[in-house]
Amino acid sequence: MTRAEQDMRVFFAEALVALGRAHPNLVVLDADLNSSTGTRRYAEEFPDRFVQCGIAEQNMMGVAAGIAASRRLIPLAATFGVFAARRTYDQVAMSIAYPRLNVKIVGASSGLTSAPGGASHQPLEDLALMRAMPSMTVIDPADNPELQGVLETMVVEYDGPVYIRTMRCAPPRVTPAGYRFQRGKAVALRDGGDVTLIGTGLMTSVAMEAAARLAEDGVGARVIHSPCLKPMDEETVISAAEETGAIVTVENHSIIGGLGGAVAEILGEHAPAPLARVGTPDVFGETGPMDALFAKYGLTVNDVIRAARRVLARKAGRAGAARA
Amino acid sequence: MTDTLLRALEEKAQQIRQLSISMMAHGKIGHVGGSLSEADLLAALYFRILRVDPAYPQWEDRDRFVLSKGHACPAHYAALALRGYFPTAELYTFGSIDARLQCHPSPQTPGVEIPTGSLGQGLSVAVGMAWAGRLLGRGYRVWALLGDGEIDCGQIWEAAMAAGHYRLGNLTAILDYNKIQAQGRCAEMMTLEPLRGKWEAFNWMVWEADGHDMAQIVAGLETAGAYTAGPGILIAHTVKGKGVSFMENTHVWHTHAPGPEDAARALAELGIDDPEAFRSRMMARTGV
Repeated sequence: MTRAEQDMRVFFAEALVALGRAHPNLVVLDADLNSSTGTRRYAEEFPDRFVQCGIAEQNMMGVAAGIAASRRLIPLAATFGVFAARRTYDQVAMSIAYPRLNVKIVGASSGLTSAPGGASHQPLEDLALMRAMPSMTVIDPADNPELQGVLETMVVEYDGPVYIRTMRCAPPRVTPAGYRFQRGKAVALRDGGDVTLIGTGLMTSVAMEAAARLAEDGVGARVIHSPCLKPMDEETVISAAEETGAIVTVENHSIIGGLGGAVAEILGEHAPAPLARVGTPDVFGETGPMDALFAKYGLTVNDVIRAARRVLARKAGRAGAARA
Repeated sequence: MTDTLLRALEEKAQQIRQLSISMMAHGKIGHVGGSLSEADLLAALYFRILRVDPAYPQWEDRDRFVLSKGHACPAHYAALALRGYFPTAELYTFGSIDARLQCHPSPQTPGVEIPTGSLGQGLSVAVGMAWAGRLLGRGYRVWALLGDGEIDCGQIWEAAMAAGHYRLGNLTAILDYNKIQAQGRCAEMMTLEPLRGKWEAFNWMVWEADGHDMAQIVAGLETAGAYTAGPGILIAHTVKGKGVSFMENTHVWHTHAPGPEDAARALAELGIDDPEAFRSRMMARTGV
């Protein structure tokens, strides 16, 4: 197994240590989850630059803010996405985002990848919550090489609050060789003129599979990977809407407020086009094997294909109506 | 601690009260009771204790002061203006649109280290600042002023637990213990006592003082400021609305900017007989 195909937590653990070696001003904070989030190795290697906060995430975010206020240290606070977004929302908003402090928040075990945990551990609305927060940059990386780029650009280079999802599984490699994450930029992974599938995080690989299957039926699907939910790459979305006329969004997240919401906002204001959102249907999660959860909650290749067919039908209907 | 110095600090506290009432009446907004109760503490901090340079608010070795009970910012703004962080005239922008002085502390105000207002968060930030100071080998002290209603918040106790765990000897909290919160007396709303024991149980050193006796305040703050074995808290026993008889010891003036008549009565008790002339004089102070 190459590093690129590791469980993202393992990859993250090593990447974080490498970052810590190169940047002595990096401080990592934990709330009793370092084995699960991947910060344990950092704690072992840099005990002086690791702050154990105990099971007190709200305090952890405030402590991170206080550390960032030094303007000398870069704090990275990692916990499960549910706690990083739901539990600490006001703390992140008022102590970090409002003063625009340079705090990096990692929301681990994204979406349904936190499979055994059930509803209390499955963040299905963290992208929606963080998107609505001013000053926040919101990122859902697709694979390990992309995460590496995210860490390099958004943790040590970029000055400002950032929310980064990591997943609890080994993601397929989907970003191309030589690609490097850029804030506010989406990347076209596959060209096509009939419909556009926009994915983020783990679901971009599902979108690619769906595109390959659609091609077998003569449907040309463009695939765009949008790792950055905020700021969105509006231009790429608008071009896709204007050039293909039908959009499907795919995310390991609720259909409300995440990628689907962001794309709907852009389409509605700039380039209205039929849209279908693939994601969890505004419900809380549950315990189960990951594959079973993705099937039950509508996040499979077949769900994406069905969504594509729905928007294609609406696109044809519109064209028909326009001709009549 | 000479009598002269104590009188000078008491004079500053009086000025803080005068400016607080005047600016809140002008802006028609503000938290009165908690501003008046903390005035003596702020005077001692800004004119005796804090190692700061108003001309250089980003000085890396500065002491940090966090007003965790952020709603009581009028008095803090008055102290900052008197200390020279911004012109006294600017106090009268409080309540207006586009003002640097917001109703709760915000990032753009010189002298404000961290926005507060959503109670219970400032102590956590103070913990982070203290931890960072120690890692960076800096000699500054972090001070956090807490409210007694505020310490209902769970996050305060999370921060207290962390400070005790990390033995943050460069962190000092002060409790403005005026015994009254927004809707009534703390003892009737949410019991805090035994309070001293709570902080000791979290591994904090605890001192107590009369929060309106300047000699006790200064002695308490100096003792606390010299304590480095771990975090410490000075419980300052205060009176909500202190200095204005009809505002004292009631929750009614928690947040309730005085109208012109009440402001005039209050200022008269604080030694200002002509509130309009006072305001004009203060609004003319456009330099630092």
